Amino acid sequence: MVAPATLRVVRCGGSTLHGARAVFSADSKYLLCAAGDFVKMYSVATEETLRVMGGHADLVTGVQLNPHNHMQLYSSSLDGSIKLWDFMDGIPIKTFTVGSKLLALYALASSEDSVFVVIPKSGERDTFQLVSVKLTKAAGQDLEAKELSVVLDGVDASPKHIAFGREGEYVASVKEVNLQVFFFKRKQLNRFSVSAIKTKSGNNHFTCIACHPTEDCIATGHADGKIRLWRNFYHKKDYTFSTLHWHHDTVMDLAFSMEGTSLLSGGVESVLVLWHNESDCQKDFLPRLGSAIEYISMSSDGALCCTLHTDNRITIINSNLRFSKSIQGLIKSTDVKTGLVVDPRTKALVLNGEPGHLQFYCLQSDQQLFSLDIVQRQYIHQAGLNQADLVKVAFSAQGKWLATVEEREEVTDPELQLKLWFYDEETQSFKLNTRINMPHEDHITDMCFREMDELEDDSLILVTAGRDCVFKVWVMVEDTDPEAQQSVSWSCDFVGSYHNYQATNCCFSEDGSLLAVSFEETVTVWDSVTWDLKCTFCHPPGKIRNICFGRLTCSKYLIGATDYGFLCCWNLLSCALEWSAHLNVLVLQPDPLSEHIAAVSWLSKESSLFVFKPNEPRPIYIQRNLCKEKIQLAAFVPRDEPETIGSEKYHWLRRSQLFFLTDTQELMTLSAKSLEERLTPSSKQLAVEESLPVTPFSLLLGKHRRQQSQEDIDLGKLVHNKHKQDSPAVKELLHTPAHVLPSASFLCPIFINSLLISKENKSTEEVADEVEMESEKTEDDSDEERGVTEMEQEDTSPMELLGEMTCKLSKSQEKELRKIRKMDYSWISAF
Amino acid sequence: MGEFEVHRVRFFGLVPAGVRCLACQPRGSRLALARTDGAVEVYNFAANYFQEKVIPGHEARSVEALCWAAGDRLFGAGLSGDITEYDLALLCVARSVDGCGGPIWSMAANSSGTQLAIGCEDGSVKLFQVVPGGIQFERNLDRRKGRILCLSWHPSDTHIAAGSIDFFRVFDVCSGQTVQRIMVNYHVLKVRRECIVWSIAFLSSGTVITSDSFGRVQFWDWQRGTLTESHTVSTSAVLSLAVSEKEDSIIVGTSTGATYQFQLLPVKMGSLEKRWVRTKPFQHHTHDVRAVAHSSTALISGGLDAQLVIRPLMEKMQKKGYDAALRKFTFPHRRLVSCARKARLLLFQFSQHLELWRLGSTDETGKDGEVLPLCRMPEHLVQLKSKGPEHIYCSCVSPCGGWVAYSTASRFHLYRVQYEGDGVSIKKVPKVPKLLLPAYQLQFSSDSGSLFVASARGSVHVLQLLEPGGCKHLHTFRPPSGSPEAVYLLASSADGHWLAAVGGDWAIHIYDLKCFKHHCTVPTYSCAVTALAIHPVTNNLVITYSDQQLFEFSIPEKQYTAWSRKVQNCGLHRVWLERDSPITHITFNPKNPSHILLHDIYMFCVLDKSLPLPDNSALLMNQSTLKQLPETARQRQLHAFKICKKFQPLLFADLLDENCLVMVERPIMDIKTQLPLPIQQKKFGT
Repeated sequence: MVAPATLRVVRCGGSTLHGARAVFSADSKYLLCAAGDFVKMYSVATEETLRVMGGHADLVTGVQLNPHNHMQLYSSSLDGSIKLWDFMDGIPIKTFTVGSKLLALYALASSEDSVFVVIPKSGERDTFQLVSVKLTKAAGQDLEAKELSVVLDGVDASPKHIAFGREGEYVASVKEVNLQVFFFKRKQLNRFSVSAIKTKSGNNHFTCIACHPTEDCIATGHADGKIRLWRNFYHKKDYTFSTLHWHHDTVMDLAFSMEGTSLLSGGVESVLVLWHNESDCQKDFLPRLGSAIEYISMSSDGALCCTLHTDNRITIINSNLRFSKSIQGLIKSTDVKTGLVVDPRTKALVLNGEPGHLQFYCLQSDQQLFSLDIVQRQYIHQAGLNQADLVKVAFSAQGKWLATVEEREEVTDPELQLKLWFYDEETQSFKLNTRINMPHEDHITDMCFREMDELEDDSLILVTAGRDCVFKVWVMVEDTDPEAQQSVSWSCDFVGSYHNYQATNCCFSEDGSLLAVSFEETVTVWDSVTWDLKCTFCHPPGKIRNICFGRLTCSKYLIGATDYGFLCCWNLLSCALEWSAHLNVLVLQPDPLSEHIAAVSWLSKESSLFVFKPNEPRPIYIQRNLCKEKIQLAAFVPRDEPETIGSEKYHWLRRSQLFFLTDTQELMTLSAKSLEERLTPSSKQLAVEESLPVTPFSLLLGKHRRQQSQEDIDLGKLVHNKHKQDSPAVKELLHTPAHVLPSASFLCPIFINSLLISKENKSTEEVADEVEMESEKTEDDSDEERGVTEMEQEDTSPMELLGEMTCKLSKSQEKELRKIRKMDYSWISAF
Repeated sequence: MGEFEVHRVRFFGLVPAGVRCLACQPRGSRLALARTDGAVEVYNFAANYFQEKVIPGHEARSVEALCWAAGDRLFGAGLSGDITEYDLALLCVARSVDGCGGPIWSMAANSSGTQLAIGCEDGSVKLFQVVPGGIQFERNLDRRKGRILCLSWHPSDTHIAAGSIDFFRVFDVCSGQTVQRIMVNYHVLKVRRECIVWSIAFLSSGTVITSDSFGRVQFWDWQRGTLTESHTVSTSAVLSLAVSEKEDSIIVGTSTGATYQFQLLPVKMGSLEKRWVRTKPFQHHTHDVRAVAHSSTALISGGLDAQLVIRPLMEKMQKKGYDAALRKFTFPHRRLVSCARKARLLLFQFSQHLELWRLGSTDETGKDGEVLPLCRMPEHLVQLKSKGPEHIYCSCVSPCGGWVAYSTASRFHLYRVQYEGDGVSIKKVPKVPKLLLPAYQLQFSSDSGSLFVASARGSVHVLQLLEPGGCKHLHTFRPPSGSPEAVYLLASSADGHWLAAVGGDWAIHIYDLKCFKHHCTVPTYSCAVTALAIHPVTNNLVITYSDQQLFEFSIPEKQYTAWSRKVQNCGLHRVWLERDSPITHITFNPKNPSHILLHDIYMFCVLDKSLPLPDNSALLMNQSTLKQLPETARQRQLHAFKICKKFQPLLFADLLDENCLVMVERPIMDIKTQLPLPIQQKKFGT
């Protein structure tokens, strides 16, 4: 494995992911949704990310199944292109370049070769139009789609503001207080509006729209929480609407069930409401979905519904309004106040999750491990309400103890709580041990444990620094109360202060003997046994922003970054400034496993990364223009096993990986590998190989066949011999996407050869299994796939009679097949 | 406008009775309304929904159902068990027939108006033939147990649907047999609760619509006996239901005060499949909506909060105008207050008693907008209870305060009131002349020397009042051409020379009181007269009509004045014409002859004839802007209409002397506190 020349910045998660409603595949087994620049395919059954389809250069704004081939998917992006994917294989089939930004995508079954997109109107700012794009059938992968025809003018940019009605008869669009309906056949445009008067419950603006699948009925959601059901809208005057009202705030999205008998609505209350028969009195609720519902989509069989939330969570809900699954990567919280912390036990990234919760995010699987409720209070989704939130978190070295600080924003006096949690091995979760009300008089600015691996438990020390000009040392004490359930609890041991300055940062040296606490402009170093002030450092002017001790061989150094853009390195032995550099450091992060320290600077609207060792003032690695956004937080996550990195330059990435969080809450990392290598092997495996769910029919069929084969054996007439499943040729054949396969006549001899039966007979049980698998394969409703399997079946029946030939392919034949697979078959896509 | 010392009167404790039932005249433009106190009112759509006729109630005569039959004959039925026919010309009960089935809960006329069906307490449905001069019992339909709460005829008159408790039945009119009985009850966890079918409607398609006490509106196919659609609109009962003439829209009223419209809409564009869809909810009432009606252009609802709400259907409106406005009527369109200017007394008319109050007084003066402290509190002098079960038609107090007169359906009373210091003595005047009763309006002359009594057939009686307490019939005026309708408004001139009278046919006759002869007739105008008054100086008759038009007619010259012609030529201001309540009283300022003081429920207006009329571009209500302008600019902005909306709802306004006004208000909140509590409803955020 040869490392490429440069490190790449790779987006891992976070950010605002969802730009459009998710789409279920036709069989409701997969969920496809836009996630940043990618289209992700999840398995509905296992919640796994099966495939990440990348290729767009900007945010994906729409995903739609190809109505004429539901194994294909259209996606549109802000980069101005529409891509057609074969999502089962994750292969882009075609790319249509439209040119202008595409803000929403709609595909209709009734329009043969065109899709509808929302584009900005040329020459005018903030006006958008709905156009239909003719997708040319010309050959080639990259095509121009310049044949646009305007359908509606003055539409809104959001994909939720346009909906297509029953059988594509009409299109309805909402903007502000206006609803316009365009009838394709009659070329008639009807406009309606609601009164623009602001009431005390909010304004009347339209926020989303959905059309009834079988009737002429349009549902619109409004900013004041009302849902209006419009009917008779083909009459300009005789139109009528009824109102449903439950939401107290904006209705974020609406979706009709497949038959249109019920309507789903969601909003910031994070409650999914199911309205039956368009009646105000009959409704069901699914509450506590965690965060505001942004998009709702239904599967085509009506069995499932999916909600996308503002915090990037995806919830899959059964048709009976029962919570089914939740696909959650990095939960986007309103503000990451805790910083990026690595849980030493699970190596998961720990940060703010849901309001009042701590999320443990597994970087390898891009999944949330679990969410720990810290605040333990009901969160009320209402604007302008001050609610307690988690602000600081710290783990002890072994992950045995967790300290959290929560506060409630009050203008006059903040409400603070320090909680200490003990990891319970039995329940495998954190248990609250001590709760300290008002540990400081003012906001807590920093908190750290003394990280001492070799020492026993009772030497564990927690230090908190507060804006009330003191730092406090907390230690464990034996609980004297006989009724207490736990043997230890935490209490304050020492309160230190320095000249009545606000304590801003605190940090223990690696061996735990020294504690550095920064007080505005000064760094003080304390002996952790006697709590004597050992020495002070400062680099005026400028307050200390970050401090950290050097590690391993560099443990005699203390690094500090100041407001005025200086990075200073003090020698603790000589108590003198070793070196300083002019650098506006935002983030200072030491690697726990090496001497390396990463500093992220922010200069002239770009972030740059510097990696250095404290003992030498020259950085080891510099990456300018890391990203356009401001990087707020960074963390080194230890790797499970050291990675082999060829280049000396990237040696610092060997033992740990560096992750960043930007102010848009995008999680990024630096990777020396190429994109293909990064993708997990699971995403490469093909859908055919997946274990399909066992349907009653397949069970029945399998049983029947097994019985049959058993009977055959009993009779002793014929021993079924089948081609080996692990035959590489068959595997290649089946695993190559159908549209890039060469012609059947070419494949036939190879395939037939592969089917020839080898001398040694297989056990009968295996045969039975194979039959079952085959029956499942035939259920697959892909046209191309069916072609292959049918061929397979036709061929197998005569083959059974042939008894002598081997099924092994010759080496040369195998090679040939591989070559065929590697060839460019893009010309086929012209068909 | 000038500054006035205003007596702001809020002690008129009028509580209007709730609306019990409504009936739209088929193919007509009238709406009959019955109140819980038995009063029946007729509103005329053609005359801007003016309350044209009022038949006061009767203690023993509650009205549960009203219907129009045989064109314009109005029938009522109630718990007394009688079917009553109303005489709309004489505004009294014409005749009444016992239904012989106990209390009557419902009544319906067939589409041709020749037959009446009543539903009785004993479970019988009886048919009556409408014949000239009354009704005739025809026959009983199949009788079963259970009171019949609602009835509806099939438009082809072959079947009747009758709603009862837990079920409804369909009768064949020819055979009189029950042909279908459909249970509507509702089982909740094996607990059987009574389901009351409050209202029923039979459509020509064979669909029966019921509304019941579980808040459901259900659509049934009566022949198959199946439920086709069910809509739950409320958690409480749906009390009333009405279908439009085209049968494409219905309105239902619930006990929470909400009304809902259902429309029959095509499921898909161009397809024949249609479905009833609940469309618009309205929440205009606070209490039970006991009655709804569906006219061709409006949804009409009446509730126990005494409001009549007319909600126009915008899609049926050709243009935005007077008809397209939502209107709510709570108070009658006539005055219930009379004022003794000189004695500073107010007489309040209630349904069964009168109250005489003396206004408070103050000896302080203050600036604009100040509240002056009273040195003498208003005083309740006398309460006069009407004897017998009949309600009061009209009442009046003389300008000197010495005489009080009132009339019920069968009796006329005149009282002499004497004030001795703080004490009051009241004495009934004996031997009042036998007049044609009832009196519809009473008016004392300005010198308190005579009393004018408006009576049936356009006649007005003049009674001379004699000291110390007697009266004598002087003369009876009759319109020269005769008139079947009763006189409902009177106005006499200050000099005692002229008397103007308006009858139900809206013709204004002017009589000469000096020589007791008919003087002239004001040219007829095709709208109801809402108020009229004779100017004390010029003897001009000022007339307001229900379409908000304003005329001034010179009695001596027998023609419209030049100013009135000018008003007609220029046209009135658009905002003035779009007001939704009629002018109920006109008075004048004797010191300033060019001023006319008028008021309706929502505003008080001083009309200055000397100032130019506003055109449509000008602001009609410009008092607040005028206040801010400097004197010179103000002169340019001035126009004839000076409107004050400070006092609402205004039941009566009069000028006591040149700078003293009395305003009688009845705040809606005060009425609400008198009503029983509405159904408790959880309101979000409270």
